[in-house]
Amino acid sequence: MTTTDTPPSAPTPAKEQKQSRLPKAARAGGTLHGGPIAYAILVVFTILSLFPLVWTAIAASRDNQRLAQTPPPFWFGSNLFKNLEIAWTDANLGEAFLNTTIVAGISATTIVVLSTIAGFAFAKLRFRGRNAMMLLVIGTMMVPPQLSVIPLYMMVAKLDWTDQLQAVIFPSLVSAFGVFFMRQYLLQALPDEIIEAARVDGASSWRVVWHVVFPAARPAMAVLGMLMFVQAWNDFLWPFLVLTQSGNPTVQVAVAGLGRGYTPDQSLIMAGALLGTLPLLLVFAIFGKQIVGGIMQGAVKG
Amino acid sequence: MATRHDTAAPPAKGGAAPGRPPGTTKTEGPMDKDERRRARQSRRWQRDVRWSPYAFVSPFFLLFLAFGLFPLIYTGWASLHQVELTAPTEMNWVGLRNYTRIFDDDFFWNAAQNTLTIGLISTVPQLLMALGIAHILNYKLRASTFYRVVMLAPYATSIAAASLVFVLLFGRDYGMINWGLGLIGIDAVDWQGDKWPSQIAVSTIIIWRWTGYNALIYLAAMQAIPQDLYESAALDGANRWQQFLHVTLPSLRPTILFTVVVSTIGASQVFGEPLLFDANKGASGGAEHQFQTLGLYLYEQGWVNQHLGRASAIAWTMFAILIVIGIVNYVISRRLRASS
Repeated sequence: MTTTDTPPSAPTPAKEQKQSRLPKAARAGGTLHGGPIAYAILVVFTILSLFPLVWTAIAASRDNQRLAQTPPPFWFGSNLFKNLEIAWTDANLGEAFLNTTIVAGISATTIVVLSTIAGFAFAKLRFRGRNAMMLLVIGTMMVPPQLSVIPLYMMVAKLDWTDQLQAVIFPSLVSAFGVFFMRQYLLQALPDEIIEAARVDGASSWRVVWHVVFPAARPAMAVLGMLMFVQAWNDFLWPFLVLTQSGNPTVQVAVAGLGRGYTPDQSLIMAGALLGTLPLLLVFAIFGKQIVGGIMQGAVKG
Repeated sequence: MATRHDTAAPPAKGGAAPGRPPGTTKTEGPMDKDERRRARQSRRWQRDVRWSPYAFVSPFFLLFLAFGLFPLIYTGWASLHQVELTAPTEMNWVGLRNYTRIFDDDFFWNAAQNTLTIGLISTVPQLLMALGIAHILNYKLRASTFYRVVMLAPYATSIAAASLVFVLLFGRDYGMINWGLGLIGIDAVDWQGDKWPSQIAVSTIIIWRWTGYNALIYLAAMQAIPQDLYESAALDGANRWQQFLHVTLPSLRPTILFTVVVSTIGASQVFGEPLLFDANKGASGGAEHQFQTLGLYLYEQGWVNQHLGRASAIAWTMFAILIVIGIVNYVISRRLRASS
């Protein structure tokens, strides 16, 4: 414990100094109970995290006039369902939901299957060029897709795919992160002995994938699927470039379109934003624990 | 760790293992047939073992080639041409003229500067707060899962929805933030019109969406720190603040570097937040381009001014910046590894 360098200071709860007098319990690791100040800070962050979302609903339940007054409203009004209904029709949200579900569903499913197979090969099989290819995968995780939009746009224009869903689906079928994520998971979750046993029984590689890898990878596949679904659902730039509000919008395109209209009605915009966010919030409310686990699992490098 | 499956079957299992034709050389009729069948099977087996890994990774790489690598490289080619949005398939060679045009454009340098400042204002507080929250979440807490899930709620919110809400919250005349500032006697801030307030506001959207996510990543790394490091530090008389400085932070260094890199890449690409923050001005990023980022500038050149060639030059300039960041990151991480 003779670290000599001085790392950058971070905001830390004042409680650390206070409790440092307890020598035996003075471990900052995960075994110590949090004090009231820890809870107070967490409550503040909980409020900060949720407030904009709750206020979206409050604003959506008012009308435009009320939102142009001070003080701003702090509680729900009576216009919620009326606004939701208008936003639903104005922004073409019914079609947008269907479109986004199709896009995100196909994208997430394909990514999960391809990533599991490729991740298995990288984790458990030995082949020439494996390490170089894995480096390539990691390298591509660092290149943002935004830099590739112009040729993709030219492709879409050439194929006459503007305003069509396949223009959004095709570029969203791969994820380097997915391959990396599944590789990390299979490295530790799939014992070599099981693969060997299947091999001894005469199983071909594809049978191994089907009968051994997929069952073993199922929890990670579910988490990756959810993460990729969220990502595809919230993707903005590319759908915004190739889809328009009037023809085959995704939810994000439709919601953004509400905000860019002339003489915008703020309560309607908030109603649209609320509708666009609710499905994912529901998913998080139900599967939050698994998603949290997945993000934390993906973060630890192996 | 990796297993050679072609030799996986132990010889003790003898003929039962495919890929191991029996060592008999007798030439009896039925045995001969059997042997040929086994040889055939063995060949198929070896082919399978040798080529299936490539079959498993090829769908990923083919799609990646078509929709990732090829477009990235082709952007460089397009940046040397005049390409108009109205006829995106007609390309006229112009050499480096697109690059000289954007480097002569004050708005390019303005956008580069804004990207840098918005990147700093959004990334630094975000990661510091995430570190603090992760530290707290690392205590034993009641309802710890609840806090973790709640902090991901902003991450589940799309850029579009989040930006539209924050536009209202940051409204100059009726926004809640100015109202709150008014309560403590601060005059209304023009969050959209003024340069620094607008950049702070745009950064706030980014901070709000990503702090909880980064906190979870730090938390995962913190939980991987062995307990005995803390125990021996406590024995040496280190208080908890000292333990945080001398045990937690050094152990987190690779993770911190990772989040800094990812956030930097994200910050260089900021697009949706400033686009929607002033819906009327759209791609210009405010009346005086006060919060126009490089991503927005790329969109403005390509899709508003309809010069796809010039937009490609911007994209490749951004790519070059990322490569520089990557090299700096590599050098720093090597230094860190060498020093520890």
